[in-house]
Amino acid sequence: MTITRRSMLTLSVGAAIGVVAGVRSGPAAASAEDAMAKVMEFAGGSEPATGTITLDAPEIAENGNTVPISVSVESPMTDGDYVESVAIFADGNPSPEVITFNFTPMSGEASATTRMRLAKTQNVIAVAKTSTGQVFMDKKEVKVTIGGCGG
Amino acid sequence: MFSRREFLMASVAAAAVTGPGMIGQWSRAMAQQALTEDELLSFDATGNVTLIHVTDIHAQLKPLYFREPSITLGVGDATGLPPHVTGMDFLKLYNIEPGTPHAYALTSEDFVSLAKAYGKMGGLDRVATVIKRIRAERGEANCLLLDGGDTWQGSYTSLQTEGADMVEVMNSLMPDAMTGHWEFTYGADRVTELVDGLPFPFLGSNIYDAEWNEPAFEAYKMFEKGGVNVAVIGQAFPYTPIANPRWMFPNWSFGIREEDIVANVEAAREEGADVVVLLSHNGFDVDRKLASRVDGIDVILTGHTHDALPEPVIVNDTLVIASGSNGKFVSRVDLDVRDGAVQGYKYRLIPIFSDVITPDADMTALIDKVRAPYSEELARELGQTDSLLYRRGNFNGTFDDLICDALLSEREADIALSPGFRWGTSLLPGQAITVEDLHNATSMTYPAAYRSMMTGSLIKDIIEDVADNLFNTDPYYQQGGDMVRIGGMGYRIDVHEQMGSRISDMTILKTGEAVDPNKEYAVAGWASVNEGTEGPAIWDVVEEYLQKNPVVQLQENTSVIVNA
Repeated sequence: MTITRRSMLTLSVGAAIGVVAGVRSGPAAASAEDAMAKVMEFAGGSEPATGTITLDAPEIAENGNTVPISVSVESPMTDGDYVESVAIFADGNPSPEVITFNFTPMSGEASATTRMRLAKTQNVIAVAKTSTGQVFMDKKEVKVTIGGCGG
Repeated sequence: MFSRREFLMASVAAAAVTGPGMIGQWSRAMAQQALTEDELLSFDATGNVTLIHVTDIHAQLKPLYFREPSITLGVGDATGLPPHVTGMDFLKLYNIEPGTPHAYALTSEDFVSLAKAYGKMGGLDRVATVIKRIRAERGEANCLLLDGGDTWQGSYTSLQTEGADMVEVMNSLMPDAMTGHWEFTYGADRVTELVDGLPFPFLGSNIYDAEWNEPAFEAYKMFEKGGVNVAVIGQAFPYTPIANPRWMFPNWSFGIREEDIVANVEAAREEGADVVVLLSHNGFDVDRKLASRVDGIDVILTGHTHDALPEPVIVNDTLVIASGSNGKFVSRVDLDVRDGAVQGYKYRLIPIFSDVITPDADMTALIDKVRAPYSEELARELGQTDSLLYRRGNFNGTFDDLICDALLSEREADIALSPGFRWGTSLLPGQAITVEDLHNATSMTYPAAYRSMMTGSLIKDIIEDVADNLFNTDPYYQQGGDMVRIGGMGYRIDVHEQMGSRISDMTILKTGEAVDPNKEYAVAGWASVNEGTEGPAIWDVVEEYLQKNPVVQLQENTSVIVNA
């Protein structure tokens, strides 16, 4: 078999060929513009502000198939002012919408952790919407690397 | 400030440089005349706490030659800053006379001549003497000995004993804490077994259980020294599962996890820490950035990138200390801690000149004991080198030239790849190459020398990826190795370009033809991070090559053209 450019992502520098058997080409990746369009759709037209929301993600993924991320939003979480939802987007994945977390004042705090699959190096974007109509965004580039030559 | 005696020494060494054939025992004795253990250890003691730092020993128990790099480029904000200053520029920056012992210890200038004049460096029995003398001078209750990791891997005996030789030797030095990187390549079970047996903590604020996403190691430990509380936070190499085989420790996740360091600094301060020390295996540029972003760290004892700097780099009121590698140096940091804060400091990077510092007899005996079962094999001669063999440098090193030649020849390949590791000792022209020497450059738990077919475009993608690990302008995306060394193929690199645009003019050296992106080439390499990689161990490949080519004579490697 031949090694495709895509399957290279699973290869270290010169691994055995058998390791990558079964990797198939997937659908085309979304563009950053598509992802931002989805972000604006979620934001309902408000321009997202920076701050208040914090996205934690690794700078370089250890395994692109399961990248741990955490998101937290500063909020009083009272009936009058709470985080309604937080959505996560990946601007280089075939489908940029990853997950939406919904909260209520009973949640106590607006924080969540999950794992996601990243097809290649790209930005992960977290957007929070509050009950008062505010929208906050944080973004982090996560690199998906071949690896194998450090040290 | 140079004393008259040091000037005398410098002129003698310079004579050695200009007089080929005249370098014998006489000039060596003269060169070392003014170099004494007392002078190497002289210190204007200050304050109430002393940190002693060793790092990246890479299992080197015995004195050795280690040539520092002649090229280690900085990018982005680090351009032109230490540790990315080498050779004569380094000597000028730190006001060191060429030809002096410090010039020999810290740069590659006139390396062969000065190595003959000043002799080998390191040896853990010499390191033991230095540590014991510092403790005796300052009092044990005021000293912390901290090991930055990459201690258990890098030699024949460490591989044979799966790190046990280093654990036994280091334990006798009674460290207060350590962190790690290559330690993990012995696999999770062995690491757990060894760590559980340590009489001191193995710290790792950034090591998590991969399944539960919870801390897997103790993050920091508080010590009472000199009447104050010193918190030591451990930071293992963040990219261990990427640069090394993740399948060997699948349940541990790493990463920089800056937010955890912030939290641990705050927790330590709340617990009453007067001093916060980060014992780090991040690499110099990562730690420089970290220091600029995280408040409240007094000292970062950095490691991983093997830099040796005679002065701290001060960032955001944090001292960043780089203590070299391979047991060549011991760092001593005296801190004056009063009223809950560091009021002053003194620092010395102590070069371990093996012929000058008296070996500690107990440690010599212990080292001889752990090596004894392997002494015959360690000394077995495989060949001889007429060229200087070394590894360090961003793009090439002669030891890797030899390894690539062996891979091309023994594996019948078009192109050879040798990873850009920074460990590996040096051999002077005329020295025999022993099993020990070869293992110092190759010893590891995943040594299989694979051979596979790769297209030109895949080879380019691999080189681009490695280049971005080294030359990404954001240090948090750097992994800290050097470029993969390539045999049989040349290329041009523009280090300041973006990923995907740095590499050009890839050329097959034997034919002079451009590499065809669509053509397949036979590629041989070693140290793949993938599970199930097949092939003979790299040291067997090199040994077979040396049987057929017993005298190593290397031409200058001009196959990489660098635009920096």
